[in-house]
Amino acid sequence: MAATSSPSATARSTRGGVEVRLEDLRRRYAGVTALDGLSLTLAPGELVALLGPSGCGKTTALRLVAGLEEADGGRVTIGGADVTRRPANKRDVGMVFQAYSLFPHMTAWENVAFGLQMRKVRPADRRRRAMETLELVGLQGFANRYAHQLSGGQQQRVALARALAIQPKVLLLDEPLSALDAKVRARLRDEIRRVQLEVGITALFVTHDQEEALAIADRVGVMRSGRLEQLGPPTTIYARPATPFVAEFVGLTNRLSGLVRDGSVEVRGTRLPLVQPDAPDGPAVALVRPEAVTLSRDGEAASGPLVGIVIATAFLGALSRVTVDLGDVTVLAQLPTSEAGAHAAGTRVRLALRPDPVLISRED
Amino acid sequence: MNRARRIRLQLFRGVTFVIMGAFFLVPIAGMFEFSTRGRGLNAPRTLEAWTSIVTYPDLVAAIVASLELALITSVGMLLLLVPTMIWVRLRLPELARTIEFICLLPLTIPAIVLVAGLVPIYKWIAINLVDSILTLAFAYLVLVLPYAYRTLYAGLSAIDVKTLSEAARSLGAGWPAVMWRIIVPNMSVALLNACLLSVAVVLGEYTIANLLNYVNVQVAIQLLGRANAGVSIAVAVASLLFAFLLLVVLSFVGRPRARVARAEG
Repeated sequence: MAATSSPSATARSTRGGVEVRLEDLRRRYAGVTALDGLSLTLAPGELVALLGPSGCGKTTALRLVAGLEEADGGRVTIGGADVTRRPANKRDVGMVFQAYSLFPHMTAWENVAFGLQMRKVRPADRRRRAMETLELVGLQGFANRYAHQLSGGQQQRVALARALAIQPKVLLLDEPLSALDAKVRARLRDEIRRVQLEVGITALFVTHDQEEALAIADRVGVMRSGRLEQLGPPTTIYARPATPFVAEFVGLTNRLSGLVRDGSVEVRGTRLPLVQPDAPDGPAVALVRPEAVTLSRDGEAASGPLVGIVIATAFLGALSRVTVDLGDVTVLAQLPTSEAGAHAAGTRVRLALRPDPVLISRED
Repeated sequence: MNRARRIRLQLFRGVTFVIMGAFFLVPIAGMFEFSTRGRGLNAPRTLEAWTSIVTYPDLVAAIVASLELALITSVGMLLLLVPTMIWVRLRLPELARTIEFICLLPLTIPAIVLVAGLVPIYKWIAINLVDSILTLAFAYLVLVLPYAYRTLYAGLSAIDVKTLSEAARSLGAGWPAVMWRIIVPNMSVALLNACLLSVAVVLGEYTIANLLNYVNVQVAIQLLGRANAGVSIAVAVASLLFAFLLLVVLSFVGRPRARVARAEG
């Protein structure tokens, strides 16, 4: 590799990413099914986030790709090569762990250079490449610090640099932000995305934080009980959830009982189109997003058909979330803070439901 | 904390330190005083007993043998316990209780009972293989297991062995590299502690060596005590000072690195 003045030349010069395929992966632990035939294909250079609650199998999937666990069935291919039975140290994957994975007895640059040393890269090249990769993550000034001299965010950036320095075919991120505070988390999330795009590496990102998954990924896979419940772009996952589980796991949802008839559901006098219009007629629970609920003061000209009392208003910055008691059920409405100011607790309001396509659940 | 309470606490610490220091140092001072007495009632103090240690070839041989035993036992303990404990932690956690039980077992077995079991084995070794005091290292290896195990266990518990090894594996390290390049350097203090405890146990061991008819430093001191009490006590003091020195080294090396303030939230 030619020496260059560009800080991230080494990392950028990696391949543009390879295809990663998980085919019918199965894994059981002591009678408990962790993965139940998971299939997923990551396009070259794509970042896919696996999202789901604890125990859904997302981390198991990642560990099977990394080779840290063995699959009971199925196949993992990286760049067309079957790596299912290949040990972790021969898979050519870079991995960023949840936390505390830096080698405590090594400085930041030694951590980054460790993988290169294992690949028998010459000491001078090793140091140069380690420094370049540290520069890529903005830590060139911290090369000689030990892990305990770095903050949590800095440690994770070193871990990212360490994973990238070996120029892996795929980057695996196992909840890398979960141990950080909110501000650092948001900043590092953007940093990871920037570096991933810059390097062009295929990446699999595991998280239980839906906001994180929606913000960072090209596609989000929502998992439940060892299977993919839905896989798609973040906007689709949020706006067109395929199942009630996805709707409720991704974003807040109001559960309002209604009656399905002729491809739509009638909820308290408002007809809402269905995401799946072929749903059979009968009683059901409509899953309505808080942003599809509009509020107006009781008595205003454009007021809605439902009347309720505001019981709480949560300030979220530019947006606010208003909780309205309709008597038999509480409804969440999300609206700009400038509008929410008019709906203080105790205020009588009218609600209307925007006719966005909704999902229904028949579990209740 | 108010001033009066702080003074009381410091006073308590000082008194405790003096009492404990006296408890340990007065007998040693007494031994030293005894070992420097001259011959005759009003003879001046002399270091003759100390300087004549080297003139007893059996004693010197016993000291050398004990130091060799301490070295062999420490190395053997490390080679046996470190890979086993790391492997059990990483790959066979279900065996952890069994390994702990086996390692702590020697604590509950009196040395005399151990010897009863060891005698036929050592008899066979002496007849068929080699009759050397260094074969005591096998018995001493068993003896130091509980102390070394607890120390190494504490060292391993202080680091996230699983995550560190998985990180190293994902970076291309094989199992030997994971063990020697990543885990061992991070438990170096525990390794040192285990070694020093092993050395202390071996240098202080008397029963097994005596009952198996081998002359280690403690047996030599006891034998010499009958012929020349002054030299015997001098060696005993030297042995105690050596152990004390080891503990001082341990307390300094084992001191954790000062934490540096975090740079970012």
